[in-house]
Amino acid sequence: MHTLGEVLVALLIVAGSSFTLIGSIGLVKLPDLMMRLHAPTKATTAGVGGVLLASMSYAFLRTGELSAHELLITLFLFLTAPVTAHFLAKAYLHRHPDRVRRLPPACREAGWARFEPSSSEEVRPSREQRPQRPPRV
Amino acid sequence: MIDLALDFGFFAISLALLLNLWRLAQGPTPVDRLLAADTMITNTIALIILYGMREATSVYFEAALLYAMFGTVSTVAYCRFLLRGDVIE
Repeated sequence: MHTLGEVLVALLIVAGSSFTLIGSIGLVKLPDLMMRLHAPTKATTAGVGGVLLASMSYAFLRTGELSAHELLITLFLFLTAPVTAHFLAKAYLHRHPDRVRRLPPACREAGWARFEPSSSEEVRPSREQRPQRPPRV
Repeated sequence: MIDLALDFGFFAISLALLLNLWRLAQGPTPVDRLLAADTMITNTIALIILYGMREATSVYFEAALLYAMFGTVSTVAYCRFLLRGDVIE
């Protein structure tokens, strides 16, 4: 006879690992990097999130104490996954300028990614070259 | 029941790691290979946590946390290398 908690833990494990597998299938099957970028983010949030929830509830079932340090991994992954995805997209756009022509306009001067390496003076003008701020009224 | 689910989880995540490895070997651009490596790190974290559940210890969470941190830092560093030609300017 299975208790309700065991069924919940087993369901969470199966759901999380299925999401991981689906993310990797998407990584193999999708045709373009900008589409491939979409699939493994599901594996990060739903897959690892589900497995960590399963681990938390399994530890609660086993010892009767609520353990919170799995939440640290979840929080860290949820915080850093968008940053790495953003960096990957920028690197891809940087190396494939022809891909940018099929994108909607970026509404800023630099575009979606900076294509020519800019010198440090161009990025941050020195204090003398910076336009003076108008005096406060 | 949990043992059966753990078996399924090990099978699914190992298959996912093999698919990522195929993309890592095949990937036409360096960014594809980098995305595959990043996904492999994420899947390995899930695998470590499942192994910790099977062994019924909480020793492996520190390993998973360290893996998550170093994976993110290395991915960002490699992206920065692709973007700027240098990691620290």
